[in-house]
Amino acid sequence: MTAERTSALLDLRGVSMRFGGLSVLDTLDLAVAPGEILGIIGPNGAGKTTLFNVIAGVLPPSEGRLIFDGRDVTGQKVWHRCRMGIGRTYQIPKPFGKMSVFENVMAAAIHGGGVSIHTARGRAEEVLERTGLLHRATLEAERLSLLDLKRLELAKALGQRPRLLLLDEIAGGLTQAECDVLLQIVRQTHVEGTTIVWIEHVIHALRSIAGRMVVLYGGKLIADDTPDAVLADERVRSVYLGEVT
Amino acid sequence: MTFSKTRRLAMTGLRLGLLAVVVVLAFGPGFLEVGTMRLCAQVFLLMVLAMMWNLLAGYADIVTVGQHAFVGIGAYALYGLTAKAGLSLPVAILGAGAVALVLAVPITAIVFRMRAAYLAIGTWVVAEVCTLLASKIPGYGGATGITLPGQVIRALGGNVRDRFANLYWISLGLVVVAYLATALLLRSRVGVGLMAMRDNEEAAGAIGVNLVASRIICFLWAALFLGLAGGVLALLNLRIQPAASFSLIDYTVYVIFAAVIGGVGSIEGAIIGVLVYVGLRNAFSDYSNLYLMFLGALSILIMLVEPRGIWGLIRRVLPENIILVSHPYRGRAGREQGES
Ligand SMILES: Nc1ncnc2c1ncn2[C@@H]1O[C@H](COP(=O)(O)OP(=O)(O)O)[C@@H](O)[C@H]1O
Ligand SMILES: [Mg+2]
Repeated sequence: MTAERTSALLDLRGVSMRFGGLSVLDTLDLAVAPGEILGIIGPNGAGKTTLFNVIAGVLPPSEGRLIFDGRDVTGQKVWHRCRMGIGRTYQIPKPFGKMSVFENVMAAAIHGGGVSIHTARGRAEEVLERTGLLHRATLEAERLSLLDLKRLELAKALGQRPRLLLLDEIAGGLTQAECDVLLQIVRQTHVEGTTIVWIEHVIHALRSIAGRMVVLYGGKLIADDTPDAVLADERVRSVYLGEVT
Repeated sequence: MTFSKTRRLAMTGLRLGLLAVVVVLAFGPGFLEVGTMRLCAQVFLLMVLAMMWNLLAGYADIVTVGQHAFVGIGAYALYGLTAKAGLSLPVAILGAGAVALVLAVPITAIVFRMRAAYLAIGTWVVAEVCTLLASKIPGYGGATGITLPGQVIRALGGNVRDRFANLYWISLGLVVVAYLATALLLRSRVGVGLMAMRDNEEAAGAIGVNLVASRIICFLWAALFLGLAGGVLALLNLRIQPAASFSLIDYTVYVIFAAVIGGVGSIEGAIIGVLVYVGLRNAFSDYSNLYLMFLGALSILIMLVEPRGIWGLIRRVLPENIILVSHPYRGRAGREQGES
């Protein structure tokens, strides 16, 4: 692992991802500065989730390199990257179904967070309280509603105390009040020092919190600016906003 | 989500019941016939085998069809350590486990290059190779095998009754140690990761569970206990023989049926599965082929109805496992909120 001269916490250099003949990410360059909240938008199928899978290490990129915290992690396993501080949520929740909600978060704190079982218990309780799941603590995770499963995704990631948190569409289906609570949680996590990359279709939520926004389309980033500037961009409006309305 | 007092009481009752059974079993040789002691010893050893298969397949997603390799290695090691090296029985039994553990290291390196179906076939091939090699070791009886020498048999006890009493206690001790140790493993950090792997492998990796290390730990763990059981099985059979000591049918196929019927992914499942299997075996002893088909059909049926086996069915009414390997949430500052 060569040291890289970069001030970015995460640095993607010429990352491509192809599935057979299908090119989903096309020589992508993206740097995430420590302490920022980066919003990612883009139409369905643009490759946003794929991007997270490449960053987290689920998918090996077809080309390019990933630098995290100054180290080349391109060849690193998922769990090593997680232990280095990359936490993520799954757009389609992947709970540990037969474990209790409490144990789900505990497991994340133990393995991703690297703390003792005893410490993990306390942390799981605290995170469940913060994410509004404490009253479900003893329930088997597979019994949760979809909304609660999404909360559990967030709780698991928070239990790891990641340095970089990747959020994949966690605001969908929430009421305005619930969305405000979620924004509060994310803001709080950010204040505590976590860098955040958030993929979201609920644009107003993202706009209210992200310092910077990028648009993924056709495997490329077609815009990279403040949320207001990006959302005002003609091209973005035509390829993205035009499509969803 | 509070459980009623009665359910809590029922759980305590079941746990005390299990403890009572173990205590009564410890006094078994005082009142059991020789034949019954022999059967019990077999049952205890099968429970060890079923638990190890369950640990690998049920938690670590290592579907092995080659665990008879380590049983056979344990048996051959026991013969070598007693008959050839002249070690005492307790040392030789522990040595059988150690030999299996050591040989598991290169085997791990081979089979873990494969995944899923290939891994299963790989474990089987490795076991077949071990069987073949066992028949080639000079001085170990070749393909026909060899009987344990008289002094080893005498070391087990002066008469038949003493011998089987000792084998009974050794086997009971082994099953208790294997289950307690495995329960502790499952309660440890490694175990929390294994549960996560069992439920969702990709997500387990994403929360930092080292899938490779976890699998290797499980595989070596299983090899150790399978080797110990293999050593005791050699004493129980009083001989070693490649086809019998490395029996695919007895130590892998039937064990898989038992584990599946009882329920993978739980400790109780392995116990129940072996009891059901041995019960059926005795009931159907006159129809050997029919019985094998029946056992196969039963395990498929159970898998369709409840993938977590008989214990999965029981768990529909029980709030938690008898042998608690989970980490229940007990609420703020000791205030009981839910699962006890
Ligand atoms: N593992 C995979 N194998 C093959 N194709 C995939 C895989 N993952 C994603 N894709 C394809 O990549 C494209 C982008 O998907 P995805 O990243 O989920 O988009 P988004 O999250 O932006 O909606 C889709 O066409 C999808 O079918
Ligand atoms: Mg997506």
